[in-house]
Amino acid sequence: MGQEQVAILQFERVTRHFGEVTAVDGVELGIAPESFVALVGASGSGKSTLLKTANRLVEPGEGRVLFEGEDIAALPAPALRRRIGYVFQGIGLFPHMNVAENIGIGPRLAGSPLPRARIDELLELVELDGSHAGRMPHELSGGQRQRIGVARALASEPHLLLMDEPFGALDPVTRDALGKRVRALHDRLGLTTVMVTHDMAEALLLADRVLVMDAGRIVADETPRGLLAGRGGDVAQGLVAVPRDQADAIAELEA
Amino acid sequence: MSDIWPILLGLGDQLAAHVLLAASAIALGIAVALPLAVWASRSPPVARVTLGFASLVQTIPALALLALFFPILLSLRAVFGEGLPTLGFLPALLALALYALLPILRNAVTAREHMAAGVLEAADGVGMTAWQKLRLVEAPLAAPYVMAGIRTAAVWTIGAATLSTTIGQPSLGDPIFAGLQTQNWALVLAGCLASAGLALVADALLGAVERGFRERRRWMVWGGLAVAVLGIAASAWTLRAPADDDTIVIGAKGFSEQYILAQLIGQRLEDAGFTVEYRDGLGSAVVHNAVTTGAIDISIDYTGTIWTNQMQRTDNPGRDAMYAEIVQWERETSGAHVLGRLGFENAYGLAMRADAAAARGIESIADLAAAAPGMTIGGDPEFFERPEWIAVREAYGLRFGSTRNFSPTFMYNALRSGEADVISAYTSDGRIAADGLTILADPQGAFPAYDTFVLLAPEHAGNARLKAALEPLLGAIDVATMREANLAVDRDEEKWTPAQAARWLAGEIGR
Repeated sequence: MGQEQVAILQFERVTRHFGEVTAVDGVELGIAPESFVALVGASGSGKSTLLKTANRLVEPGEGRVLFEGEDIAALPAPALRRRIGYVFQGIGLFPHMNVAENIGIGPRLAGSPLPRARIDELLELVELDGSHAGRMPHELSGGQRQRIGVARALASEPHLLLMDEPFGALDPVTRDALGKRVRALHDRLGLTTVMVTHDMAEALLLADRVLVMDAGRIVADETPRGLLAGRGGDVAQGLVAVPRDQADAIAELEA
Repeated sequence: MSDIWPILLGLGDQLAAHVLLAASAIALGIAVALPLAVWASRSPPVARVTLGFASLVQTIPALALLALFFPILLSLRAVFGEGLPTLGFLPALLALALYALLPILRNAVTAREHMAAGVLEAADGVGMTAWQKLRLVEAPLAAPYVMAGIRTAAVWTIGAATLSTTIGQPSLGDPIFAGLQTQNWALVLAGCLASAGLALVADALLGAVERGFRERRRWMVWGGLAVAVLGIAASAWTLRAPADDDTIVIGAKGFSEQYILAQLIGQRLEDAGFTVEYRDGLGSAVVHNAVTTGAIDISIDYTGTIWTNQMQRTDNPGRDAMYAEIVQWERETSGAHVLGRLGFENAYGLAMRADAAAARGIESIADLAAAAPGMTIGGDPEFFERPEWIAVREAYGLRFGSTRNFSPTFMYNALRSGEADVISAYTSDGRIAADGLTILADPQGAFPAYDTFVLLAPEHAGNARLKAALEPLLGAIDVATMREANLAVDRDEEKWTPAQAARWLAGEIGR
């Protein structure tokens, strides 16, 4: 993770205000290719806003974002977004399209609809079998829906995957399984992943770099081991303390 | 009620015209509402303004909205030329389309407001352009709601389209208005049944389309639309107009005498080889404008009406002088041609039950002034706005306890039942003698004369064949004969249709 490596995603003094509130305050950040970065912070810390400046769902007020060396403000937003996978808590499957149509929407928009075999392959990536292809979203469980959401995000073979609280609405078992699956896909497909989460345990277990945000600024930039070793400052340590205390309490019960 | 069936079966042309009018109005409403809804969903100020406007339109009574398009279109002739129709299909279409706007617009805007935020975020997230988002996500998700709005609009429009009869557009309102004026309830019922039946059919078809969208069953969407389009196409097919320049359109105001005289003229013209169409139930002000602008070819009017309402005169030079001035005035201002007088007057007069008048010692309008504060006067909906009434009221200092509006037919019933003490009667009305009414004398001559005359549209001023066909009617009808014909249509028992009365009248004239 040397800093000298060319970043796939580069934030340069990115600032965004919403009225009086400064959601993102001069963030300077480079994301290395094939890294799995978790963006952690309390509600309102600006982590989602920062993430969305990367696919222009939010436009920065000042500063700029470079993706694969290009200033994304110069690219048409739809074309940019087709090159970036996006998974979010709301999932947002199109209720009037079946699973196959949902997964294939990106390539279809780009003018090259996916063959059925590729749909099956994408379903397999998220551990669903081909029989799901013809189902409608309302026939699926929450976990299945988010798996389809991940498959849809991967359908255009993006280099970058943005995830905004992707597992926030899922039950703990599904959440754990899907988190591990996404990490495995990240490694297997050579993706660069940026995941926003408020759950430090998830960040520590899945990511290889954890950024902690507070009041629009990045206040810690550490590896999971570094955080567990006590580095990163008060805000970061406050967040790390939660899962650590829970783990200690459980260990005590087992003793 | 067995006489309803033959009437219903005879309503084919009105049904077809009704279907075409309503379908066109809904189509125009959709064409305007949907782009507006898209715009409104992207701009809250636009949503406020458009929904506010559509709601405002909705508060205007449909009858008034239809009538308002006549002056609007008349003034637009300055821009679009004299060929712009001011009566009939065009104003009815525009008014009904405006009416159809609100439910479609409101449902479309509401559907967009309630669309799941996650789905819209995903549409952006997967890289849809604004157009792709509209086409692939917003439109299909809003479709069932928009369809429900269209369904509401269709039912409203089909109902309100019956009112387009009053501006000269054939519709299922024709039998309703004609029936109301002549107290032919079978006719009224037939019109209502046909219009309600049409509304139910349209509702069922559009309901199937709505369900098809909701449950994503394409066959239901296409099936419902196909049947609706077939019905509209069949209507258009039956109405395909024979290209006949000889068609003469005869206008009639909404009371029995006008229906009868229109039929009398129509029958003579048909005998002379003309093709005839009727525009019955037109408003009194509409009729004059219609004939002078050529929207209809022939009207029957009354000298006093033109004198006070069109020429804005308040003096009373006497019967013949008034007529001579009107002939000249029409020729000079509108170019319409006064063919001649039919021979009788249908004047406004204040009428009371003869027994009640005698009991109170009232013989003239002057006697009425003292008793008026304790009495109720009934008039047709136009009467109390007409300058004649204002002139009479001023001349005699009349102040009635209350004034009530009735349709002309119900006015006589009101007098009979005591709901009105005095009514604005028509002197050629057969019910004056039949009901034992007395017309109060007008010693000051405040009511002008009301000679009945035939008015031809400007383009027929030189139509010798037309004039020759109608000339035998001039001066041929006396008031007693007209009263008898009117009564035959107005009475409750053994009613004649206006066409029957017209044939009887023709026979009387021939003697």
